[in-house]
Amino acid sequence: MTAPVGAPPRSMILDQSIKVLYHSILVLALYFEFAGHNLPGGGFVGGLIAGAAVSLRYVSGGAEAVRTTFRAPSHVILGFGLFLSSVTALVPVLLGGAILEHASYEMKLPIFGNVKVVSALPFDAGVFLVVVGLVLMAFAAFGDDRVPPETDDEAAQ
Amino acid sequence: MLALLAFHLVIGIGIVAAGQQLGRQAFAVAAVAPLATVVWAITQAGGVLDGKPVTESFSWVDGLGISLDLRLDAFALAMVALVSGIGFLICIYALGYFKPHDPSTPVKSNVGRLAGTMTVFAGAMLGVVLSDHLIALFIAWELTSITSYLLIGNDDTNPRARAAALQAILITGMGGLVLLAGLSIVGQAAGTYRLSEIIENAPTTGSSTALNAGLICVLIGAFTKSAQAPFSSWLPGAMVAPTPVSAYLHSATMVKAGVYLVARMAPMFATQGNWRVVLLTVGSATMLIGGLRALRQHDLKLLLAYGTVSQLGFMMLLFGTGDDHIAQAGVVLLLAHGAFKAALFMVVGIVDHEVGSRDIRRLTGFGKGWRLTLVAGVVGAASMAGLPPLFGFISKEKALDGYVEHGDFVGSTVVLTVIVVASILTFAYSARFVLGLFGVFADPDFEASCADDVDSQTAHAPSLLFVGPALFLTVFTIAAGLAPVIVDRLVEMATIALHPEAEPQHVHLWSGFNTAFMLSLVVIGTGTALTVFRSRVAAGQSVTSKAMRLVPSSEQSFNFLLRGVGVVARRVTGVVQNGSLPIYVAIIMMVATGVPLIAFAQEWTGFGDVIETPVHVVLVAMIIAAALGASIVRRRIAAALMLGAVGYAMAGLYVVQGAPDLALTQFAIETLSTVLFVLVLRYLPSTWTHRAPAIAAPMRIGVSVFVGVSVFVFALVASGARSDVSGPQQSEMMVENALTKGKGSNVVNVILVDFRGWDTMGEITVLLVAAAGAVSLARGGRRRDELGPTFEEIFDDAPDEAVGDSDSPASSLVNGSARRHEEGHA
Repeated sequence: MTAPVGAPPRSMILDQSIKVLYHSILVLALYFEFAGHNLPGGGFVGGLIAGAAVSLRYVSGGAEAVRTTFRAPSHVILGFGLFLSSVTALVPVLLGGAILEHASYEMKLPIFGNVKVVSALPFDAGVFLVVVGLVLMAFAAFGDDRVPPETDDEAAQ
Repeated sequence: MLALLAFHLVIGIGIVAAGQQLGRQAFAVAAVAPLATVVWAITQAGGVLDGKPVTESFSWVDGLGISLDLRLDAFALAMVALVSGIGFLICIYALGYFKPHDPSTPVKSNVGRLAGTMTVFAGAMLGVVLSDHLIALFIAWELTSITSYLLIGNDDTNPRARAAALQAILITGMGGLVLLAGLSIVGQAAGTYRLSEIIENAPTTGSSTALNAGLICVLIGAFTKSAQAPFSSWLPGAMVAPTPVSAYLHSATMVKAGVYLVARMAPMFATQGNWRVVLLTVGSATMLIGGLRALRQHDLKLLLAYGTVSQLGFMMLLFGTGDDHIAQAGVVLLLAHGAFKAALFMVVGIVDHEVGSRDIRRLTGFGKGWRLTLVAGVVGAASMAGLPPLFGFISKEKALDGYVEHGDFVGSTVVLTVIVVASILTFAYSARFVLGLFGVFADPDFEASCADDVDSQTAHAPSLLFVGPALFLTVFTIAAGLAPVIVDRLVEMATIALHPEAEPQHVHLWSGFNTAFMLSLVVIGTGTALTVFRSRVAAGQSVTSKAMRLVPSSEQSFNFLLRGVGVVARRVTGVVQNGSLPIYVAIIMMVATGVPLIAFAQEWTGFGDVIETPVHVVLVAMIIAAALGASIVRRRIAAALMLGAVGYAMAGLYVVQGAPDLALTQFAIETLSTVLFVLVLRYLPSTWTHRAPAIAAPMRIGVSVFVGVSVFVFALVASGARSDVSGPQQSEMMVENALTKGKGSNVVNVILVDFRGWDTMGEITVLLVAAAGAVSLARGGRRRDELGPTFEEIFDDAPDEAVGDSDSPASSLVNGSARRHEEGHA
């Protein structure tokens, strides 16, 4: 893990607070994603906030930390997001409805009480993933200071 | 009928897929499709010739009212006879044509592909003649252009073939676009796109400018396809294709598509607008020019190609007048020309294949075993020249008679004269063809100047299979001439199919000592004279052609036009994309904001309520201060942060206006984009270096102010522009429906995922493209595993001038030439 070029020396306080904040921010992002249909939020905002969390990880750990944030490669996240949204848009057509027609289903869950599930949710989740994937790719592309070690080895040979 | 079309497609694609294995035998497989069509057409012929067309209809694009309407009437039947009858013979002929002299030499691998593409073409051409719907006809029409392109350029290692193919598709493709416009206008004016309905109630809005323009567009489309002047240059060029292709597409079928369309439209539209003037002028010019140029050719195939151009002009003159008697002559000529021209092409192909040349200066006559081939050549040429008792004579007689007896429109006498003169030329070049075949033009000097040695006297005689198809057409030419009764019914009913009120006369070989016969005698007499004094004619022609060389030929104009487009494109690109990032940005922004400004400025209604609450003043002051700061500070990072401040203040405005969703999004975006800004700015020098010339600063300020003002006007006008839909009613409707229909109480989100869900789909797709673009930009167009050393190392290796004063990789985003250089080193 290398620090970005020109970055100041590591700050212990920053690193530790990012460790604490990172997951909380991700939870906040997920909250916005799920609450979005009825309260302020939505997939786009959620994705941006998750992206902001990723940027914090970059500040503390550099491009390598961003790359290992999620197990899936960033382009897969991006592509899967678009796929999910497209499928959600098309499923109603297969069921004989209009494109992007949405349905809702209300159920009673313990602890949560009445929960309304809307078919727009996976669509919004797709938007979320596209935004997160975009941010990850941007960091991978521009935050990269050195190429992966194995390529360096090859170059050395 | 649809099944037949699909059958062609399946067979064709199958052959292309299996082309390598089939080799020459691919044509045996390909022959199945036209054979099936011929058999089918014969079973249907009885009913069709009784005036009962076969129709089929399939729904296709219901929303646009486009359906696949297929209709086989007698005229279509005549075309099917050409397309599939000759198509079948060509397939048999190709078996001989592609047989190598030495059995051990492998057949070229692209022969199978040729056979497959030709089958697809045959299907497309059938689609043209069977379509009753103008749009379906257009699509089949374009398919024939594309397959023709593929067939001309089938020998993809030959640059001449590729150039000819490109020229053909550029001209016919351009014509196709014009045709689409024309067909749309005609369809709209007629209120129906079905040919059979248009003919029943032709549009009465005859004087309207739109219909007139549409008809001109249709004519241009037909002219490009049928190689009429000034679009004829592609047809002789297409002769670079193998002879079966030339014989099939470029004489018998595809080039007749334009004639076919004119024949279909003329009965309804010939008397409207400028149809007749345009058509008769173009047809006459084409017929004369084609004849004159054919007379000058030494290459037998080119002679036939120019002859085809001339005959296509002739057909235009016959079909396009709107008179049923003259159109009947057209039907006869259509059939006669298909038979004799295909046979002649086949003969030339045989000569070319066996002798190795088709230049009349190298042919010295033929030895034993060539008799049948020569008979086919002579009979075909005689039919083309219009000699009795052949089919070609009847067609010419009928045409002359039609113009003499029924040419009652303006200019018909001129056109009749043109036909007579061009027929004399046709006689002369037909004679040239025959004399050339018999070695009259043999030139030992020319022969000696050629690298390879050919001797037509001792050339291997063609096999019966090779000559057979040409002989079949020869027999037909003679039979239909001696006993026209065999085609009489077809010709009559085809004429009635075009002109429902027509009362066609019978087709006779001998119709008495009338004016037409006298004109025929004039044609034959003068033609013979031209042939006897051919050396003087040639001398005269070369004198005039020297003078004519000052006028650009259609070939030259085409090349000039093509080069001109390239030059203009290069100039424009050189100005608007000169490699300087500031110029790119300036041009993109000026156009994107300046063009809408023209429209928006007219809608300007003044300022609304400028200040609604005191908080506005504070926030706007912050925005203005931060924006000014961003343009003044010298450090890049500081400028980026200032821009971030502008964004945060904007978010504040959203909060004040009561839009938490927008504010939330704006905050998140500003945060992220500031971080990303910093990420990229690391690679650039920390301050701006002002190396730009002094003029640049005022220009930049000018562009900035212009863009700023434009966006300001844009925002004010656009938000209040469409009061009809975006007013209070629309917002109320969205608020009402959000919970009931969108199942959510956050209206903004419901708009995003439901009401305007399509927009969101589009936006996230754009995000994906942007991400891919950003990554490839950063990697300099290379894959990660090719990256190798770090950016710094690459730049240390690169020569100094390529790097300039920049010491960082991201400057390559700004400096295109540096990046290209980097790629060169990678």
